[in-house]
Amino acid sequence: MFEKALKGNNYYWMWLAFLGFFIVVAACCYLRQYFYGLGLTGMTRDVSWGIYISQFTFLVGVAAGGVMLVLPYYIHNFKAFGRITILGEFLAIASLLMCMMFIMADLGQPLRGLNVLFHPTPHSMLFWDMCVLWGYLLLNVLCGWVILTAERKQTHPPKWIYFFVYLSIPFAFSIHTVTAMLYCGLPGRHFWLSAIIAPRFLASAFAAGPALIVVMALILKRVANFDAGKEAIDKIVTIITYAAIANMFFVCLEFFVGFYSDIPGHKHTLQYLFFGLEHHGHIYNNLVPFMWGFLLLFLVGIFLLACPRTRKQSDLWLGIGCASIFLAFWLDKGIGFVLGGFVPTPTEEIVEYYPTFNEIFITIGVWAAGFFILTILYKIAIGVEHEIEA
Amino acid sequence: MYDSGKIIPGLIIFVLFITIPIWYNRGGGTEPPQPVLPKDAKSCVLPVAEIRAKHMQLLNVWRDEVLRDGQRAAITVDGKKYPKSLMLNCMKCHTSKKQFCDTCHTYASVRPYCWDCHLAPVE
Amino acid sequence: MDTNRRNFLKVAGLTTLAGLGGTAVVDRLVTGAGVAQASAGESHDTEQAALAKPGATRYGMVIDIKKFHQDPSLGEKAVHACHQTHNVPHFPDKRDEIKWIWMTNFENAFPEQANLYQNEESATKKLPLMCNHCDNPPCVRACPTKATFRYDDGIVGMDYHRCIGCRFCMAACPYGSRSFNWRDPRPFIEHINHDYPTRTRGVVEKCNFCVELVQAGKLPVCVEAVGDSKALVFGNLNDPNSEIRKILKEKHTIQRNPSLGTLPSVFYIV
Repeated sequence: MFEKALKGNNYYWMWLAFLGFFIVVAACCYLRQYFYGLGLTGMTRDVSWGIYISQFTFLVGVAAGGVMLVLPYYIHNFKAFGRITILGEFLAIASLLMCMMFIMADLGQPLRGLNVLFHPTPHSMLFWDMCVLWGYLLLNVLCGWVILTAERKQTHPPKWIYFFVYLSIPFAFSIHTVTAMLYCGLPGRHFWLSAIIAPRFLASAFAAGPALIVVMALILKRVANFDAGKEAIDKIVTIITYAAIANMFFVCLEFFVGFYSDIPGHKHTLQYLFFGLEHHGHIYNNLVPFMWGFLLLFLVGIFLLACPRTRKQSDLWLGIGCASIFLAFWLDKGIGFVLGGFVPTPTEEIVEYYPTFNEIFITIGVWAAGFFILTILYKIAIGVEHEIEA
Repeated sequence: MYDSGKIIPGLIIFVLFITIPIWYNRGGGTEPPQPVLPKDAKSCVLPVAEIRAKHMQLLNVWRDEVLRDGQRAAITVDGKKYPKSLMLNCMKCHTSKKQFCDTCHTYASVRPYCWDCHLAPVE
Repeated sequence: MDTNRRNFLKVAGLTTLAGLGGTAVVDRLVTGAGVAQASAGESHDTEQAALAKPGATRYGMVIDIKKFHQDPSLGEKAVHACHQTHNVPHFPDKRDEIKWIWMTNFENAFPEQANLYQNEESATKKLPLMCNHCDNPPCVRACPTKATFRYDDGIVGMDYHRCIGCRFCMAACPYGSRSFNWRDPRPFIEHINHDYPTRTRGVVEKCNFCVELVQAGKLPVCVEAVGDSKALVFGNLNDPNSEIRKILKEKHTIQRNPSLGTLPSVFYIV
């Protein structure tokens, strides 16, 4: 089926070339980092994870979000999702590959990465994260490919594949739960040490992932003559709305626990993220604009999605609404959550993190590589759809 | 055959490319390495043939015993005590990394990462 | 009795069993070696003793803050000796900083003991910080390759050959004891000690309680460096007759953030 990715119009090739440019830039930047060390990033001994790990965390959510299409279709037999579950599965593949690239970019000794397999350590959550991420990636590759092949031959998919499809549902939940456990099991990091992290991660994932799928579907409608169907889009938007509100509810709970209990350790990071934290006469607030951007974009997005006029009458407003939700939760989880957790340090000092250009270009390049893979996968999927219709 | 004009030259280029090591070093071959042995030490922890073939495994075993299991006691061979250490044992007799380690390693084109952390004796 | 109810009871029973088994598994996963739980009502001391891992030896240290306050040169000596012996680099840029033992303020070492009216000495003078060599170390729990691990004698060690540089241990350590080699450290080591290796870029490092000396029957270099001042006392916490246990019996000591249950092996005399 790969041949479908080799035939496209000029826009298709220009888009791939555009992404390819950023991939090449990132490859050069990564080589610099590889030969110098992670000192080329803005990370320090106090903020020891930066945008690589925060992007990884967010993208695990995007990958898990695809299950919001798979689950209604296969468990509840919601037929309208039939055409687009493949979009969710392929998005999961691209997101997981981005996750792995971010992890590799973040390792101090990337060549020793296989030590996680040579010395398996079940009491480390990173070991389990590796297991579920690889598991979910392989399940999606398998299910996506087998079902698409069957669709192309216009036959029913083989019975055995349903075992793997159903298996992929708990795996989707587990990838984001285990990723949350990387953080929420660490003593002494108040902001992360919260039982609501895993549900909050899932809620924001089930909003951000499907939001990206809607944006993709709307783009594909214009550029590739692929209509996901009105009923399907409507249902996804409902899912996004509820999941997004659930995430904000959990954020409010964090605020309540911090500020009503008035325990300094529980408040510090929230203060730092949303208002700036005063320490020895200096106010540290470099993440404040991002967090207010998150709130603002959420309000814009939820208004556009909840208001029937904007949701139903114009694809443009619908797209902007979904993009706002996606960006809002990217700011929340892909910037604020990971970076904020390191402030203040265990020795009550405040060190702020600023990514370097090298680091930013690598990050952009990994995103570009992800969209490159996604474009090719979607091209194949839609090529098959058109072939059946023809 | 379709496109034989492209396929055959392509195959030739491919074969030439993957055989670079053979024709690049054609006929010649380099001299076998001549590591300089220590003058004042006559014995090692293992017989020559064995230490030559297995020193890397031995160093890995020592590393794990000393660093991970805390078994730091010196080993005794023919009544002589040897600490289990690259820097504090091996390199005390083989005082030149350049003339001993590097000769073979360069010849065999292996780059052990020992020296990223461990210090070679000052020469 | 209808079959539904029977089935329900069966399922409920099985789930309970699975739940019980599950918690046991989780307990083992979390503690690593199945630590006995202390029963409620016991005094703090016995509770800690019961939680501590069994074994003939558990190395620990007592730090006398007063002595460091009285003689600030002691701190300098200890830090210098440690960093010199272990080839700890000194970077001009603070962002690359690596430290095994360092001097800091009381409020930074014990942030959970915040006090509005600190005595003058605590507010102005410094005390040493280092790895706590916890009996229940979160860093060891987090490491995905066992590159950081606990020896049977209680020292938390690092295997630099195995570390992949994921820095999970740095996020897990509640005491900020760990540093990362953001770049090649060699050019920044002022005086190389040829009896101890350096590190390579991309691995995490920290105080190792001088395990290479202690396991050969010697004292850590920081303890040697402060000489007879007894500002640092090193010894076996599991030996009731050791000097360190005598001091712990006589003087009131505190540990850094003990509420986290990490059971630090470093004690401070205030």
